Amino acid sequence: MKLSRRCFLSFVIGGAAGTALSPLPWKLTDDIAIWSQNWPWTPVPPDGAYSYTPSTCTLCPGHCAIQVRKVDNRAVKIEGRGEKGPAGGICPLGLSGLQLLYGPTRIQAPLQRVGDRGAGHWRTLTWAQAIDAVVTKLAEIRAKGTPQALAAIAPTDQGTVAQLLQRLLTAYGSPNFLRMPSADDSAEAALRLTTGTDAYTVADLDKTDFILSFGCALMDGYGAPVQTIRAVTRMRERKGTLVQIEPRLSNTAAKADTWLAAQPGSEADLALAMAHVIIGQGRFDARFAMDRIDGFDGFARMVRDKYAPRNVAQTTGIDAETITRTALAFADARRPVALHGRGKGEMPGSLKEALAVQILNALVGNIDQPGGMQIHPAANGYIQWPAVASDAVASAGMGAGRLDEAGGSRFPHVRHLMHRFIERIDQDPDAVQALLVAEANPCHNLPDSDKVKAALGKIPFVVSFSSFMDETAMQSDLILPSHLYLERYEDVPVTRGGAKPTIRLCRPVVAPLYKTQHPGDTILRIAKALPAPVAAAFPWRDYETCLRDTLAHRWSAMDSKGFWIEKPVAAAPVAAAAAVETTNHNGPEEGVPAAADAPAAPAAATAQARRLALLNDDLSAVLMADNATLSDEAGHPLTLVPFDSIRTASGYAGDPPFMVKIVEDTVLKEQDGCVEINPTTAAQAGLREGQGALLSTPVGQARVRIHLSEGIMPGLLALPRGMGHTAYDAYLSGKGVNINQLIGSVQDPASGLDAVWGIRAKLTKA
Amino acid sequence: MSSNDDPKTNGADSDAHLPSPSATTHTIPHILLFFILGMAASMILGWLIFPQLLYSQKNQPIDFNHRLHMELVDQGCQSCHFFREDGTFSGSPKLAQCISCHDQRLGLSENEKIFFEEYVAKDREVPWLVYARQPDCVFFSHAAHVEGARMDCVTCHGNTGTSESLRPYEENRLTGYSRDIWGRKISGLKVNSWDRMKMSDCAKCHAQYADIHDSSEQTRRDACFVCHK
Repeated sequence: MKLSRRCFLSFVIGGAAGTALSPLPWKLTDDIAIWSQNWPWTPVPPDGAYSYTPSTCTLCPGHCAIQVRKVDNRAVKIEGRGEKGPAGGICPLGLSGLQLLYGPTRIQAPLQRVGDRGAGHWRTLTWAQAIDAVVTKLAEIRAKGTPQALAAIAPTDQGTVAQLLQRLLTAYGSPNFLRMPSADDSAEAALRLTTGTDAYTVADLDKTDFILSFGCALMDGYGAPVQTIRAVTRMRERKGTLVQIEPRLSNTAAKADTWLAAQPGSEADLALAMAHVIIGQGRFDARFAMDRIDGFDGFARMVRDKYAPRNVAQTTGIDAETITRTALAFADARRPVALHGRGKGEMPGSLKEALAVQILNALVGNIDQPGGMQIHPAANGYIQWPAVASDAVASAGMGAGRLDEAGGSRFPHVRHLMHRFIERIDQDPDAVQALLVAEANPCHNLPDSDKVKAALGKIPFVVSFSSFMDETAMQSDLILPSHLYLERYEDVPVTRGGAKPTIRLCRPVVAPLYKTQHPGDTILRIAKALPAPVAAAFPWRDYETCLRDTLAHRWSAMDSKGFWIEKPVAAAPVAAAAAVETTNHNGPEEGVPAAADAPAAPAAATAQARRLALLNDDLSAVLMADNATLSDEAGHPLTLVPFDSIRTASGYAGDPPFMVKIVEDTVLKEQDGCVEINPTTAAQAGLREGQGALLSTPVGQARVRIHLSEGIMPGLLALPRGMGHTAYDAYLSGKGVNINQLIGSVQDPASGLDAVWGIRAKLTKA
Repeated sequence: MSSNDDPKTNGADSDAHLPSPSATTHTIPHILLFFILGMAASMILGWLIFPQLLYSQKNQPIDFNHRLHMELVDQGCQSCHFFREDGTFSGSPKLAQCISCHDQRLGLSENEKIFFEEYVAKDREVPWLVYARQPDCVFFSHAAHVEGARMDCVTCHGNTGTSESLRPYEENRLTGYSRDIWGRKISGLKVNSWDRMKMSDCAKCHAQYADIHDSSEQTRRDACFVCHK
């Protein structure tokens, strides 16, 4: 039988009919529907038991309480946490912390540089090899009798990790421990001058009804970001008043009841003119002045002579009537507070400005009162360790004095001068033979970052403790990667949020993902492998033992609740405070009792210890000094200022991918950074919105795009901090401009602090 | 004489140019035969061969004996498949639960040996293949059904609790999901309530209860978002 066309067609039709009567088409249709709704390449997180681990975020100095939601052992979400329950908030950086934990930027094991610095060629070491490499180098430097040639940079000097690093240097014989600059530097110096104590201040924003903010980015990451935003919002709901002094219309200025666009750099004069008004019109707190203020009359005479509102109207750009009206509103408020710290408070600013703001708070008597400025003793009071037994080498090294001269006869009021340290390395390449950088990124975050990078290039041996391949890690010889904050225990004093002196506990949420190590253990392992006098200063088996011993009776409460509030005690006078420091490193073992162990000081004694001087010889020198000014550069008619945003991480950790996505296109357009400029100024330079331009300063230059904004003072240019990374990963590097490549340090004549707030600049068409 | 009178052009074949010598053999039964052949072939393909091609078979890592365990535990299925404190369902037991009894080797069976040496000793989770796992686009709450609606495990999972051996897991090669969702029968027909767990099977039950099928304000029909979040 031969198959004809007709038979074939019949067969096909029969086949089609049979197929329709079989499940094949219907089942396949169903499967394709399921398949197309659940693409096999779409990752589906595995299911498991849900749990929450309370901890503390250490990605910025706010140190907010967090809780991390986990599914089995995988962290899936970070949420804010209130002290009394889960009703906290969280900022974009805190929220994106999981991308730092699980992202591809992590350094997964100790690395040693094998090519040129910055080339990014590494070989992996075991921890034993890495520690041995550091110890060999450090032993060699000490054997030469120059222990002071070892230096260390840390993001803070608070908490046991930073103190272990400082103790390592002290036992080794080097006074060159530096913390990254911040507004804390000038605030602490102001307190030393006015109260004679080592202390810190924090504003009780939850109860205040008038905030006079000298450029603080209250809505963009100042203090503890979420807490600050909530406090300001609630204060305004209570009909409180926010006055923002800032040359551009920031988010904070936009929320303010009054926005005073003062000339940048003139804020100290503005504050002193307000003091003039408050004293002149008798609106100061007379009882507070009588009970707690020294040198009031002298100060009153000084401001009367030099800081009349009409005298500063020209330099500040604010007319005398506005200054008077604002000062009186501030003085007449029930619980007013004046805040200092430009932006997020990441640069010290001038000491004169910090002092002037503190004096404003003293004049209205709102110090140590609800809603006012709280003065607390130095936050490290709970760290009471056995004294360091120094040998001859260590004593000689410690006696050599700090390279930055902070705390010496030239700059007696300050403790850390990072820009002077960098300058010193630049001038004397042999001054530092080894540098330990513990979770800080000076090569990106310090002004004139190219100069910082060049200075680090002159140091023969640079060790980074970074968890990320940041700009500083790229310039190092050895990377000893640390556990991330979600993988470790750490005590975290809270000095920027909450009115009470609080210590929070950061605790491991997940087991370490890679071959990283707790920085405390790294320091202990290095110390224990060094010769006897150094090793003997570290009696703890490991960091966790050290932490539990240090926290002592606080441990169990902190482990269960996550925080501990220190009892209020009088701040120790500077001389005694210095003794505490000495006790930490050199003094007798049972030197000074732990702050919380000491009985609460009687109120009178507390007040006595917290008397405030408004004028004495030291204060007079600072208050009468000229403002730190920018040098005039020919051909640079404009002024570039940095600004801070809650959408850009400007600290040690860079923006995770989530945060890069939320940066506005008026700040980052594709890969280009946008410079904010007033339309009038732009028109004079013939520049239009979105146009490319070359931004030049005496320090550097960069290609930018123009963004016109009516909200910025004519003649000014503004760029955000935290952009323009060259390291990390493809998500972050090459995006925008690092403003620190364009600005340099400006030394405050009164204190030596880096008072930079901007730089002269010019814009040309690209 | 016209060409129409040509006898060669007459007959069943209407093709004027290519007369077929076998035209007389193409009777209607003949054509029907081919129709039936085609139909039979495609139905054999669709009903018998297609399921064989569509599903791959995998054996469970351990041949677990439910009946044996059920005799030893106090709380039935929930002894191992329990609700956590927060109301979520634990699903297949984790190693930690197994170890509460199997912290040492119990018995000499081959399965116990595999379980102890490969998983307990190495602290590895057993990669159980879950017969009843719904596609990821489906939100299913055990708590709502077992604790809320007081349904019995057997209604959906059958008599698994009395089985002595685990049958091979059949995976749909296209979707990657278990055969149990569509059901053992390729026709999609079912005898028991647990034979199949497609959307229509869920919807059938949901439609019977007013309090769970009227939550769609938009359509006033069975609410899609009860299961598709």
